[in-house]
Amino acid sequence: MTPETHPSQTWYGRWRTTMSEMTFSAAICLGFLIIVFIIGIFAPWIAPYDEAQILTNDSFMPPSAEMWLGSDYLGRDVLSRLIYGIRITLFLALTISCLSFLSGVGLGFLAAVSGGRIDSWMSRFNDAMLSFPSLMLALIVINSLGSSFTVLIFTIALIDLTRVYRVSRALAVNVMVMDYVEAAVVRGEKKWWIIFHEVLPNTLIPLAAEFGIRFTYTILFISALSFLGLGVQPPQSDLGVMVKENMQALLYGEYTTLYPAIMIALIAVSMNIFVDWLLLQSSTKLPDEV
Amino acid sequence: MTKPLLKVRHLDVSVYDRKKNETKIVDDISFDVQPGKVIALIGESGSGKTTISLGCMGYTRPGCYLTKGSVELDGVNVLDLSVPELQELRGRDITYVAQSAAASFNSAMRIDAQVTEIPVITGSMTRKDALEKAVKLYKSLELPDPENIGKRYPHQVSGGQLQRLMAAMAMISDPRLLILDEPTTALDVTTQIEVLYSFKKLISDNNTAAIYVTHDLSLVAQIADHILVLKDGQMVEYGDTEQIISNPRHEYTKALMAAAHIMPDDIHAPSIISAEALPVIEVKSVSAAYSNSETKNVLEDINLKINAGETLGIIGESGSGKTTLGRLISGLMSAKSGSVLLNGQPLNPHVQQRSLDELRQIQFVFQMADVALNPRQRINKILGRPMMFYRGLSKSEATKEVARLLERVELPTDFAWRFPPELSGGQRQRVNLARALAAEPKIIICDEITSALDTVVAQQILDLLENLQHEFGLSYMFITHDIATVAKIAERIAVMRLGRIVSQGTVRDVLTPPCHDYTQLLLNSIPEMRTDWLDEAIVERRALVKALNA
Repeated sequence: MTPETHPSQTWYGRWRTTMSEMTFSAAICLGFLIIVFIIGIFAPWIAPYDEAQILTNDSFMPPSAEMWLGSDYLGRDVLSRLIYGIRITLFLALTISCLSFLSGVGLGFLAAVSGGRIDSWMSRFNDAMLSFPSLMLALIVINSLGSSFTVLIFTIALIDLTRVYRVSRALAVNVMVMDYVEAAVVRGEKKWWIIFHEVLPNTLIPLAAEFGIRFTYTILFISALSFLGLGVQPPQSDLGVMVKENMQALLYGEYTTLYPAIMIALIAVSMNIFVDWLLLQSSTKLPDEV
Repeated sequence: MTKPLLKVRHLDVSVYDRKKNETKIVDDISFDVQPGKVIALIGESGSGKTTISLGCMGYTRPGCYLTKGSVELDGVNVLDLSVPELQELRGRDITYVAQSAAASFNSAMRIDAQVTEIPVITGSMTRKDALEKAVKLYKSLELPDPENIGKRYPHQVSGGQLQRLMAAMAMISDPRLLILDEPTTALDVTTQIEVLYSFKKLISDNNTAAIYVTHDLSLVAQIADHILVLKDGQMVEYGDTEQIISNPRHEYTKALMAAAHIMPDDIHAPSIISAEALPVIEVKSVSAAYSNSETKNVLEDINLKINAGETLGIIGESGSGKTTLGRLISGLMSAKSGSVLLNGQPLNPHVQQRSLDELRQIQFVFQMADVALNPRQRINKILGRPMMFYRGLSKSEATKEVARLLERVELPTDFAWRFPPELSGGQRQRVNLARALAAEPKIIICDEITSALDTVVAQQILDLLENLQHEFGLSYMFITHDIATVAKIAERIAVMRLGRIVSQGTVRDVLTPPCHDYTQLLLNSIPEMRTDWLDEAIVERRALVKALNA
């Protein structure tokens, strides 16, 4: 085998080997996530009605041929609202998780690689941030700045950042004491090279797992804020708002509120099963002996 | 001949992969152990010696299965017993001493509590009786202050003492079979013989049968009555110790004999170096401490020179400062006073202040290849990076160079696309060495690079080092605790103790008696390939330790 054609050298080759070893449950979860993302992206074309349109005067109508999942408390189509809700929830959760991860991991690694006084100052400041109850902090900021998507995204990203910073710093500190990092230091490598080539590849898997957990927590956190009336504003709605809006339905023996709740659970579970599989994949291929 | 206590017959252990394909890791092993006798299982890592010894307790590691054969302890087939019966058997009749005592003790509990734990929780002894028994064992193991040592915590005793305490833990319930799994591998050479001596005494005093697992044939000669040589899970040779060491029949046993840690017959002649030639590295009256405020120095007034094409061996026990000296030269640590010269030019103390060319000329090879190589970088990147970094090669040029370099260190070229965990220990150490070579250095600092390897593999690495030295005119600073290894490859040696160089010169000068007491102690600790060596060595050792401490 010549070095040029080795499958592990190309992106495509690596992808193909990974995919061929996919387990059944991981494949189902990945498939589900892909479908949910497609629904979210193409919501305006998929949804049968507009999310805010009031179609009937009857609240909590049972499922029918016109409205597959019935109507909500104002007589709007539950299926359409669910599809739009997925769109908004996924958009918010993904943006917030990516933002908090990019900044949190960057700062965490920087602190770990720099060490000494820089590390101490950054970490103590982070501890101070962590000591605020997160929901309280969000309430104060959003109340004073007014609720908009931008404020919502940056506030929650900032709160998540402190958690991500802690985890990534702890992971990086463990890697920094390994001999291969010392070998890079003695070679004369710069900080950024060490971060990207030595530390990042060795922390990617726990970070990916953390991403899965953070992503689901973010969905729940947005839902909590929406529940308190500070998150997504009506007539728009995310899945959390839908749960809250339709809670009374349970009193009348209707399941309307369960549809968005089940959707949140399904997304969270599939995300975690998929991430777990990803984690297992890389660790079986590369047994860590030390 | 008495009836054997343990009879192992046709033992097979297998592992299964994801597609349920069977791979035998232990294949048709049979042996007997008589009471009061020691059998040694010897072989390189992966030869199945630990798997067999665990199998004698009816245990396998997760994923392994005992597929065939029988293990009879005094007529009872251990493999037929249920789990509760096995649990009872394990603490009482069969006990196990693991390789690293430091990792086997709970650091939050006092030693006494851990040593007496098993008889007390199984109810076979009261706490008071168990403690009395423990003190008796400490005495017979010749531990200092046997009345009180058990009241300490594990971190308050030395590694050698901890290993002996672990033996006490194993012996407290008077087991009929004792399994010792590489009990001295993690210890300093000079403590090793003390521990070995205690084990030997303990076994003969209590008439216990023992299985001794190791990769070092020279140690086995001191303690075992029978030897079972293993390779890839198969029995290679089985017989009396005397017979195997005096007349090994199988090729593999002969290779093990050749690689054993014994003094070589021929000592390296010093290379002829003209007086005016500039040394590659010169260390001038260097002292160093871990921090500037620290008054206690870890290095004290070190002077040494390493000439081009020469190997300088640095020997000493752990804590002697030999690794610190290597780190100081490579710029990972700064000196308090004194200077390090490269080709006659003084070097800046810290890595970041040194020029690229200075960094390139001094390369450091770390002890443990499994932590020194990034597990998530392919070998191609590990080896290509120094070429790109120091020599400015492009990515494709570096890939071609890596193939050449892999051939040079006798590895297949398609290893470039593997990750380090996919390689064996010896192969990884070759890559570790190749990374240093990739920089085209003048001098390589080798920090204990053979001590974590099996003897046969270590010998291959030493041969490779010599070939490379002839080819590229490299200098080595070879740091080790093993005087026999140094005598094989170094021209000059420096003996370090407590941060000072106590003796320095050509190998012949330093190692030929009369030499410094400490050098003599190190020499005395190298096992000789005869069965009565240990009893003589222990007497000599105690006299030397007394003289050194005086």
